Amino acid sequence: MALPKAKEDALSARLAGLPALSGKGWISAARAEALARLQAMGLPAKRDEYWRYTDPASLNAVDPAAAKSFNPGDEAPPFDGLDRLKVVFVDGVFDPQASDDLGAEGIRIERLADAAAADIHWAQGLYGVLEAAGQSPVQRPLAALNTAFATDGLLIHVTGNATKPVALIYVHNSDNSDAILHHCVKLDPGASLTLLENGPAAARFSKVLEVDVADGASFHHIRLQGRDHERRAVTHLFARLGARSELRSFTLTANGRLTRNEAVVDLTGPDARAHLAGAAVGDGDFHHDDTVFITHGAEACESRQVFKKVLMNGATGVFQGKILVKSGAQKTDGYQISQSLLLDEDSQFLAKPELEIYADDVKCSHGSTSGAIDETALFYLQSRGVPRRTAQALLVLAFLAEAIQEIADEDIAEDIRERLERWLARHGSKAGA
Amino acid sequence: MLEIKNLHVKLEEEDKVILRGVDLKIGAGEVHAIMGPNGSGKSTLSYVLSGRDGYEVTAGSATLDGAELLEMEPEDRAAAGLFLAFQYPVEIPGVGNMTFLRTAVNAQKKSRGEPEVSAADFLKLVREKAKTLKIDAEMLKRPVNVGFSGGEKKRNEILQMAMLEPRMCILDETDSGLDVDAMKLVSDGVNALRSEGRSFLVITHYQRLLDHIKPDVVHIMAAGRIIKTGGPELALEVENNGYADILNEVG
Ligand SMILES: Nc1ncnc2c1ncn2[C@@H]1O[C@H](COP(=O)(O)OP(=O)(O)OP(=O)(O)O)[C@@H](O)[C@H]1O
Ligand SMILES: [Mg+2]
Repeated sequence: MALPKAKEDALSARLAGLPALSGKGWISAARAEALARLQAMGLPAKRDEYWRYTDPASLNAVDPAAAKSFNPGDEAPPFDGLDRLKVVFVDGVFDPQASDDLGAEGIRIERLADAAAADIHWAQGLYGVLEAAGQSPVQRPLAALNTAFATDGLLIHVTGNATKPVALIYVHNSDNSDAILHHCVKLDPGASLTLLENGPAAARFSKVLEVDVADGASFHHIRLQGRDHERRAVTHLFARLGARSELRSFTLTANGRLTRNEAVVDLTGPDARAHLAGAAVGDGDFHHDDTVFITHGAEACESRQVFKKVLMNGATGVFQGKILVKSGAQKTDGYQISQSLLLDEDSQFLAKPELEIYADDVKCSHGSTSGAIDETALFYLQSRGVPRRTAQALLVLAFLAEAIQEIADEDIAEDIRERLERWLARHGSKAGA
Repeated sequence: MLEIKNLHVKLEEEDKVILRGVDLKIGAGEVHAIMGPNGSGKSTLSYVLSGRDGYEVTAGSATLDGAELLEMEPEDRAAAGLFLAFQYPVEIPGVGNMTFLRTAVNAQKKSRGEPEVSAADFLKLVREKAKTLKIDAEMLKRPVNVGFSGGEKKRNEILQMAMLEPRMCILDETDSGLDVDAMKLVSDGVNALRSEGRSFLVITHYQRLLDHIKPDVVHIMAAGRIIKTGGPELALEVENNGYADILNEVG
């Protein structure tokens, strides 16, 4: 089916701004197929069903809008004290000097840029494969664009229990950087890995993470998206879960002009478990969108979505979350909650929770709420001498607690709580305070 | 200590006048009680003194040791030494009782320029005070007042008071919802805090509490005014005859 003229034009303009695909190695076929998918879909537009609440214009634009990097002062970078395998990208370019040697017990890591030229590679079965599968029933053209044009990324093969986490650090330096990274993680049966990601990466950042979690394997993912105010990001997590496997993913977003985080999770084997959580705090020119699609395709799987947003001074939060339970997926346990705390009337939360169930023996619940801070509780705290800002921070942290609790590592959770506390001490609604 | 002069208060959002000229003076170390029919404005007085939103002071003043309270933020009033034990203590899901107490104590210390107490010292102190009020350690770990029984909430108020060591304590119906033993416990807690430098304003409907916490002065409030002031015998009179006689007497 031909694209409408407007979509056709937008896509041609965008493609003209990207380098032509070079044809070498196993990856060239994957890229060509992704480009064909993109050409069939066109770029996202405001009228598309899953882009009604988020304007994709700045993600589609040929050039990224400029964004300055945030100076965190003397605050220690996240995950600093952890024993980890560090991989650094600066404006989307791998920095070997700042990175550790790639590889550790139980993990093999290659750069996409190095591995792509080979004739055959294990990542052939993963790169662009989960992304392609995730294009239906909801189209995700920016993910296909990423697969076609990613300049680098990591291919991580986990064969056993990774002894330390892999930490990806995304440094943003240049005001006009436009980064496209694509990572694949393959966990063998019973293997486990914690992947940490931190940083804004670029003025505009596109990232796809494809994760294949084999039977009995476990993948923990914790991400902090940096604190740059003007940066824009579109990210996709595609995960396929085998029997008895586990996925846990938590994202903290503070600041950022535009963030679209999509997660597409397929529970393909029985007794698998997927927990997706996010805490987002925004002040002013902040638009944050979580778009999640979880498919229960096997029996007795559990999925949890816990997304919380704190919005002030005109910030916008979006949640689009779907649980699809296929006909064979009896004993499904699906839970979804999306909530926002609006600190003033200028801020808004738009939510579209969806359930589609074709099995009869399932337990699924979903809820979405939007509320203001509890003034009575605030006064009670103040009457005990707690300053208004601190009192508000306590109540906000209490609101975010359910999302933060999804982080399995208690030290990391505590660090994130402290970061939020500091952020909250610096930000407050200008209305009525 | 506390001096309230000609205090007039109306609701901010409505044209409803609640306090119509309250005058009250409490000296250092004194215990005053306020009694009065439902809806006469007792809780409103305590809220206005501690700075709750929603009320408009149309006339009058309230000073704590000469400092005008009504212009301060609620947290500054607390730091100045004012404490209100709420008639209806507030539940705060997600905020641990211990975190709450420590944040409050340290915030007050900070605003007075005193050093914060260490986590270990704090823990020891809370445990000690909680024990005398028969508040068990489990309750300290729970979110503030969430799932507490009525009596437990009231005891928690007194625990906060004991930790914060305010100079001017207002107790709004702290006795309601308490069983006989808990009333004794809470009264003992209050009496233990009585000192020359600390004053109390006890709002209650029942003489029984005043058997335990002996007041120096008893006031009767009706329709937003203090209509009669006397000694402890006034509370007995109310207990025996209700308010009708007093109301008639003042017209
Ligand atoms: N925020 C409010 N909105 C509406 N009415 C209010 C508000 N606050 C107080 N009032 C009204 O003001 C009057 C005084 O209330 P207040 O709670 O001060 O009485 P009280 O003397 O403490 O009564 P009680 O003995 O029942 O506790 C009541 O008629 C009450 O309904
Ligand atoms: Mg009352």
